[in-house]
Amino acid sequence: MGANVLNMSTQATTAHQTKWWSGGKSPFNLEYGKVMMWYFLMSDAFTFGAFLISYGSIRFSQNFWPDPNVVFNAFPGAGHANLPLAFVSVMTFILIISSVTMVLAVHAGHKGDKKGVMKWMVWTIIGGLAFLGCQAWEWHHLLTGEHAVLVGDKLELIPQNMRGNPWGELVENSSAITAALTNSSHETLVHMAHEYPKEGMAASMEALEKMTGGQLAGMIDVAHAHVREKGPVAFGGYFFGITGFHGFHVFSGVVINIIMLIMTQKNVFQNKGHYLMIEKAGLYWHFVDLVWVFVFLCFYLI
Amino acid sequence: MEHTSTVSPEVTFEHHHSDEEFKRRVKKTTILLSILTVIELAIGLLIYNLNKGDTNRDFLILCFKGVVCILTLAKAYYIVSVFMHLGDEIRNMIMTIVVPLMLFIWFIIAFIYEGNSYKNLRNKYDPYFKETTMPKEKGKATHQEEKPVIKSGKE
Repeated sequence: MGANVLNMSTQATTAHQTKWWSGGKSPFNLEYGKVMMWYFLMSDAFTFGAFLISYGSIRFSQNFWPDPNVVFNAFPGAGHANLPLAFVSVMTFILIISSVTMVLAVHAGHKGDKKGVMKWMVWTIIGGLAFLGCQAWEWHHLLTGEHAVLVGDKLELIPQNMRGNPWGELVENSSAITAALTNSSHETLVHMAHEYPKEGMAASMEALEKMTGGQLAGMIDVAHAHVREKGPVAFGGYFFGITGFHGFHVFSGVVINIIMLIMTQKNVFQNKGHYLMIEKAGLYWHFVDLVWVFVFLCFYLI
Repeated sequence: MEHTSTVSPEVTFEHHHSDEEFKRRVKKTTILLSILTVIELAIGLLIYNLNKGDTNRDFLILCFKGVVCILTLAKAYYIVSVFMHLGDEIRNMIMTIVVPLMLFIWFIIAFIYEGNSYKNLRNKYDPYFKETTMPKEKGKATHQEEKPVIKSGKE
């Protein structure tokens, strides 16, 4: 062990003393493809950075911005339960773990261990697909889940999409909501009475559709519906744009990883004598994880 | 000590990490990233509960958000340095990546300041914008107007 430490310190000194710019060798001490991958990732970092900073700029130009814990509080199979941050933490851990399995695949590649590379690549791909599945569920939930919003003097049910944001301020004035119920469309009332019925007043959609507006209004549990005002429209464009761009990176990362897996299986790297391609794919995959750390910060935490 | 790498002629110097040391480092980094994420989530939930409260705690919330930002930078450092092995590369390589990223310091400050200034100008000259978008609940309205001062400190 002592000899090992000594050996490493000599190596470090060698690296320090080498005249890297004196010619005859690569001053970055890295293979061309890997240097280029780093430069690509740097430019991609600026692309993501520009998107996120633009989001920040718009957010700072608004007097009100929705609280992420209110927007992202759903969990698959948990219905209306209020679980802020729960699902996104699952997504974050999936991506961290798939990053770790990628490190292990790269390490197995260093040792020329084909079986090890394949095993860890498969786990990384599974992690990537699981993340994409989670994101698909979250998008679907936001795009289809309709929320009661007080628009002018009536209530409307709107989802979170590019045109509308239902996460404005909570309307605390319940008499305003009761008044708005009488102006709301029959369809809205039917859906609200179905989603948020008063104790013991739950009824089927067919039965509700036959009732009059007045009857329906009396059946709705207004406090339970959490009626809000409209929120800033820009929220949807930024959220779907940036998480979509990141999701596209995850998707292309999965495709690259699958190609690497097939190439490993076909002994391409074995015959070349090195697994540098796995390292480059690994760099890209870690970058995707890195970007998620910032997307997670900007959209879900602050 | 110099020798030509077996994998690429461009690599003239190689670090050798023992298998054991590598495993220890990866394990340590994984645990560290997980702990940082759990702390971030805890602070996120704390902010959620502070937001729900009646009293005005904008400054406290701002402090917690700052802490979360610092924790995120720590996570980014560990991912880039250990998982992407940038920490193991020679100084020339590290600098060619890190120095251009310094642009972000100006980028973030300039554009956040710009957005904030746009809000202040609109609140001053566009009463309709102020009336329709300013939060009214919990007597926060008066405090909200002071908020920009805390954020930019230059008004």
